[in-house]
Amino acid sequence: MRPAPNQTRRSRSLGTIFLFPLLVGLASLAGLISGLAGDGLADLLSWAGLAVPVIAILWALSRRRC
Amino acid sequence: MSQTTIRIWSWLHKWSSLVCTLFLLMLCVTGLPLIFHHEIERLTGDAYVMPAVADEDRRESLDTVLSRALAARPGEVGLFMSFDEDRPVVNVTSGPAHDAPERQMTLMSLDWRTADFVPPPVETGIMTTLLQLHTDMFLGLPGKFFLGLMGALFVLAIVSGVILYAPFMRKLDFGTLRLSRQARVRWLDWHNLLGAVTIAWAGLVGLTGVINAFSEPITASWQADKLGEMTAGYGDMPPPQEFGSIQAAVDTAMAASPGMRVQFVAFPGGLYSTDHHYAVFLQGATPLTKRLLTTSLVDVRTGALTDTRPMPWYMQALLLSQPLHFGDYGGLPLKLLWALLDIATIVVLGSGVYLWLARRRRPAGTVTGEAAA
Repeated sequence: MRPAPNQTRRSRSLGTIFLFPLLVGLASLAGLISGLAGDGLADLLSWAGLAVPVIAILWALSRRRC
Repeated sequence: MSQTTIRIWSWLHKWSSLVCTLFLLMLCVTGLPLIFHHEIERLTGDAYVMPAVADEDRRESLDTVLSRALAARPGEVGLFMSFDEDRPVVNVTSGPAHDAPERQMTLMSLDWRTADFVPPPVETGIMTTLLQLHTDMFLGLPGKFFLGLMGALFVLAIVSGVILYAPFMRKLDFGTLRLSRQARVRWLDWHNLLGAVTIAWAGLVGLTGVINAFSEPITASWQADKLGEMTAGYGDMPPPQEFGSIQAAVDTAMAASPGMRVQFVAFPGGLYSTDHHYAVFLQGATPLTKRLLTTSLVDVRTGALTDTRPMPWYMQALLLSQPLHFGDYGGLPLKLLWALLDIATIVVLGSGVYLWLARRRRPAGTVTGEAAA
């Protein structure tokens, strides 16, 4: 198995693997629910929350090195 | 995770996704324009501007509104009456009998201030076709249940995908996209990234879609269970032939639940009421409570209030599942995000099929071996 540039030999722990997906998921859920709870500020929160997965995709595209 | 555990989840992920992928692709593609159905209908010139009247706060009696509507449908009876949120419009649904099936119903819209007809919501055209394809593939209730089952498989595919994410990502950073590598590695990375960031959204839209697919049996069990409880005293009394004033029934219901707004009235004999009552559905005034309905049953003969109670949890879950599936509760920015996440899900589905095909062509290597391919 040859290590690619952004691979390391050491295996990551479950916590490390799931940290970002979990944060993105929690932000999405907060967004999905806050939009239901009200208008105005709650809508802003819902846009911010559901923008997180989209931002994560753009971030991944911008940092790719190979 | 042992190799055996991985193999089991991998088998589950493969088959739950493969069985539902074609239907999920159809749902995602038809769902995309449906997110914007309101905007599209407005753009295509179907929007109607309410004429100004001298007294904007005036409301015709609902009895007048109903008789005007029914005069246009001789021989038919009133089934439902619903109230637009953003304009003074009453929608009257009529049909040949109280238990008429949906396809025999006619929807009419009337100005609440004058009891004059206004154009009804568009019931034809491409958006309606898309909606029907999306809801039941023109197959009625069986089609709806089938798509609900496909949605349940999709949720299972998401869960098994989350579990498989761990062995695949053991040696990779979150968000790794090896775009200069061979197609299979590229699409595996896209599949993992897009799948990982859309878990919450796709899971919730999938789950609420499943709940919506089973709306009829859920409503029927509420009718049998709770409405039965609320009207236990009626026993086997024959259904009344003469119906009292609907305006009085709405007034009675609203007086019993101050601060609430009438959203929907179901006439006796239909799916949403009993044989003896106008069922008046009231909604709260805040964005959250307006989706949580309270049911008031008003005796059609005496006009007396029989019972008022909030809907049980499973009906509230059904009611909340609608906005959470449609994405229509947070303005245009939410709809745009909804569309982007829908497109991301299409890529997850498509790349999943591609990875399966690519693996079949070259079956060597274990699942985790692929992760480091």
